[in-house]
This record gives sequence, C-alpha cells and structure tokens, in this order.
Amino acid sequence: MVEPEALSEVDTRTAGLAVSLRGVTKVYDGGVVALGPLDLDVRKGEFVSLLGPSGCGKSTALRLIAGLSAPTSGTVGVSKPTGQARPGHSIGFVFQEPTLMPWTSVRENVGLPLKLARAPAAEASARIGEALKQVGLTEFADAFPRQLSGGMKMRVSLARALVTDPDILLMDEPFAALDEITRFRLNNDLLSLWRNLRKTIIFVTHSVFESVYLSQRVIVMTARPGRLDAEFRIDTAEPRAEDFRTSADYAGYCRKVSNALAPSYPGQHGS
Amino acid sequence: MSSLQTPPLSAGQGAPESGAVRLVRILLPIIVLAAGIAIWELVVRVNDIPPYVLPGPAAVFETLVKDWPVLSQSLLVTLLTTLEGFVAAAFGGIALALLFNQSKWLEYSLFPYAVILQVTPVIAIAPLLLIYLPQQTAVIVCAWIVGFFPVLSNTTLGLNSVDRNLAGLFQLYGASRIQTLRYLKLPSALPFILGGLRIAGGLSLIGAVVAEIAAGSAGAGSGLAYRIAESGYRLNIARMFAALLLLSAAGIVIYVLLALTSHLVLRRWHESALGKDN
Repeated sequence: MVEPEALSEVDTRTAGLAVSLRGVTKVYDGGVVALGPLDLDVRKGEFVSLLGPSGCGKSTALRLIAGLSAPTSGTVGVSKPTGQARPGHSIGFVFQEPTLMPWTSVRENVGLPLKLARAPAAEASARIGEALKQVGLTEFADAFPRQLSGGMKMRVSLARALVTDPDILLMDEPFAALDEITRFRLNNDLLSLWRNLRKTIIFVTHSVFESVYLSQRVIVMTARPGRLDAEFRIDTAEPRAEDFRTSADYAGYCRKVSNALAPSYPGQHGS
Repeated sequence: MSSLQTPPLSAGQGAPESGAVRLVRILLPIIVLAAGIAIWELVVRVNDIPPYVLPGPAAVFETLVKDWPVLSQSLLVTLLTTLEGFVAAAFGGIALALLFNQSKWLEYSLFPYAVILQVTPVIAIAPLLLIYLPQQTAVIVCAWIVGFFPVLSNTTLGLNSVDRNLAGLFQLYGASRIQTLRYLKLPSALPFILGGLRIAGGLSLIGAVVAEIAAGSAGAGSGLAYRIAESGYRLNIARMFAALLLLSAAGIVIYVLLALTSHLVLRRWHESALGKDN
C-alpha cells in the first residue's frame, strides 16, 4: 500500500485543481484490468459524480485517490492541504456501508480520525460537536451504532469524514443501501453541506438521478476496464432544492446521461 | 416487561406465555434430576446393593458432608491449579496470537507445533511431564496445554476478522500498528477471545484433573482427582461420587462465571449479548 506522502508527490501544479489523475491504470493480481487509462481533473470546490455500471472501477478510482491502493501505472495528484494537517487528513472518505465501530459510541466513532492523529482532547471534543451538528446528530452523541437507523448511521459516517475538516470528500455509493425517502433527504443535506463548506466532493454512484441532482459535473464511465466515456455539465440555478427534482431541466439531463450510459449495459462485463 | 405488570389473569395470551415457557424450562430439568435421584435411591434400596458397589444418593450426600474437610481442601487445590492453568492459557494464547498477527514468519514457523500440542492427547503427555517437572508445575502445564489452543485459534480468527473498510479507514488516517491493534483489532477480536476463554475454562479443569490422575497413581498429590483415584483403591465409592459431584459443580461454576463475564463485556454492542427486541 502507499505511504500517505506518496499522494502529494505529484503535486497539482495548476492552481485550482484538487485532484488530478494522469493515465492512471489499475491491474489486479489476477490480471484483471479494473481501470483506465483514466485522466481526470477535479477543480477545488467542485462536486463531481463518477457514474457507471457495477464493476467499472469507480470505487477503484476513489481508493486510488484516497491512497488506499497504488496505481499500476500513471500518476495520482492530490492538492496539498491548506492547513498544517497531515496529508491523509486532507481527504475524508465515506464508504458504501457506514463502516462504524459497533463497540463504541457515536461520539467515539466520529472522533476516531482525531484520536488517531493524537489531537488534544479539548480540541477533539469541540470538533466532534461541530461535525455532529453539521449532520444533525447532536442528541445522539452517546448512542451506539446499533441503536441508529440506516440513514443515521450514514450521517455518523459523514460526520466522521468531516471531523478533520478535509479539503476533499470522497464518497463511494454512500446512499445506495438506503430507502428512497431517506436518500432524498440525505441528498439535500449533502448539497447544503457542500454549499456551506465548499469542499471538493467526488461522489461515486450508479444512480443517474442521484448524480444529476447532486453534481456540477457528471462523468460517465465505461464498463470494465473503466474509462472516461462522456461528461456532462449540469448547469442550473443554484441553490438546488426539491423542485429541481421535478423540473423539465432535470428530466432532460437525466435522459442525456442515461443515453450515454446505455451502451455500457447490453454487453456488460463482469459485475 | 409487560409480563410483570399484567396480573396472572391474562396468562393465556402473548407475552405472559413466554414467562410460563421460562418457568417450564427451569422446572423440567429439576424434575428430571429429582426423578433420577429417586430412581437411583430406589434401585439401591430395592436390590439391597452394598455401598462398595453402588452407594445411594443419600449415602453420597452423607459422605460429602462428613468428608467435607478433606474434600474442600482437595477442591481448593484443584481449583487453584485450574485457575493457574487458565490464566497461563489465556495470556499465552492471546500473546501468541498477537505475535502471529504481527509476524507471518513467526506464525508459519510455530503454528504447526501449536496444533501438534493440541491434537496429542494430554493424558499421554502427562506422565512424561511428571518425570521432567516438579509435580505442581507439571499439573499446571497440563492445564495450560489443553487450555491455550482454543484461546490462540479464536484470537487469531478474531484478529483476522476485522472489517475491511474499517481497516482501510485506519490506513487512510495514518494509524500506527499499535493504534490499529488497540483501537481496531483487539475490540473486533474481543467476542472471539471471550468465546475462546469460555472453552479454555472448562478445558483447564480437564487438564488439571488428567494430570492429577496421572500424578495420583504415582502416589502423591492432594487434588480432587487424586481423591477419586485414592478412594477407588480403597473401594470408598461414595467418596468417589462426592468428589465427582464437586468437580461437576466446579466446571459449571467456571462456565457460568465466564459466560457472565462475556455477557457483561459485550452487552452494549455485540449481537450475541443483545436481547431479541434490540
């Protein structure tokens, strides 16, 4: 696996870029080509969705950006954190499952990144409180994960990703397992968080509707090996809210993105 | 909870019935026990079986009371041996599993021997140990040999069952080895470790008894198993039964204590310790 330092080795020389992938490929041990070659630039503060069929390497791309695995070839550039924080801390990661520690409270779960960084207790406590407030879980700080609903667990996971105040938030199909109503609510909450905090968000999903609703830019990927297939800029009046979901604009974008995605499905490789 | 509030009037429906089922579950084994003891006593009296062949339960109980000073002393010795063996097994098993988890080379080199130690019947090893070690040490080593393997294998399993995404998260935030061990691997492995300890508790008693029997036939020792062997030579069958009864009771108490510990430690989060309603 990669050392955190290796992440910012290839620094994003162009100002304003948060993440820059150049000719990145990933070949797994079995010889399966999962990804690439992939070129991708994400500007600071941008909300980008990676959309594609299952197994197209979206999650692999995210893990490469996070430094959880190393690319087989190509370079992964991630902008240096603005503060003095350690490199790993410029990135927050939200997994498909809430990925909480069942043996401890919400507070401890959210505070884990700070504990691992040996942050002073007083500072940690303040930041945990802030993160919990951002996701609306202040009253549940002392609950255990098993006492929470699926949507609330996901909020805890989001609070944990926010607690280090990262510049980049990587989200790997975070709402895929939730029911539609919860999902819509979390979509709205995520949008307002993004508006307020102006983080760079790279959001992996296989839902056309979710990607169009949330992002400024939707990147459609091909089936394995995942490459960039098409790119759509979603230009609409900000701030977006629930009425965007039922607008003709929204339907139009969804149709265009769906059409771009369609060729990936008939001859689907793998799963 | 509702079963406590509702008067016995509504005993025929819903929640109160589970209370009745629980009562039956407690009562049935007790009835079986009472019936067994009654039949035993009856068979002994009707057939007029002499106590050096088969003493009745009344005679066994009488011996238990009469010989209590001797038997309690032996019980204490056996329990102490078991405890020492158990503690050694717990620490040895967990420490070895942690070492194996940190170094694959060590695991590959030593794990086969741990298996060999486990599959070789301890009753066959005991006489050898008694030759090379002082008796008390040999007995504890026997208790350790049978007890440590379940702790080792369960802890190893637990340390390897860490959620992959959580491990990724620790990596992302640059956790050190010690931090990963302390905050992730050990808590993940805790239910497995406790399960291993529960098995090891009973096995340590078995190990202690086996070693005492082996040592007892050599003519020394003072544990319960030694009392059983000694009473056998003297045809004091009632005392054999009384000592056996104490060994069973000790085994049950050890099991209950460990199960209770496991429940108390895990009750806030682990599936095994949660009620059905949660």
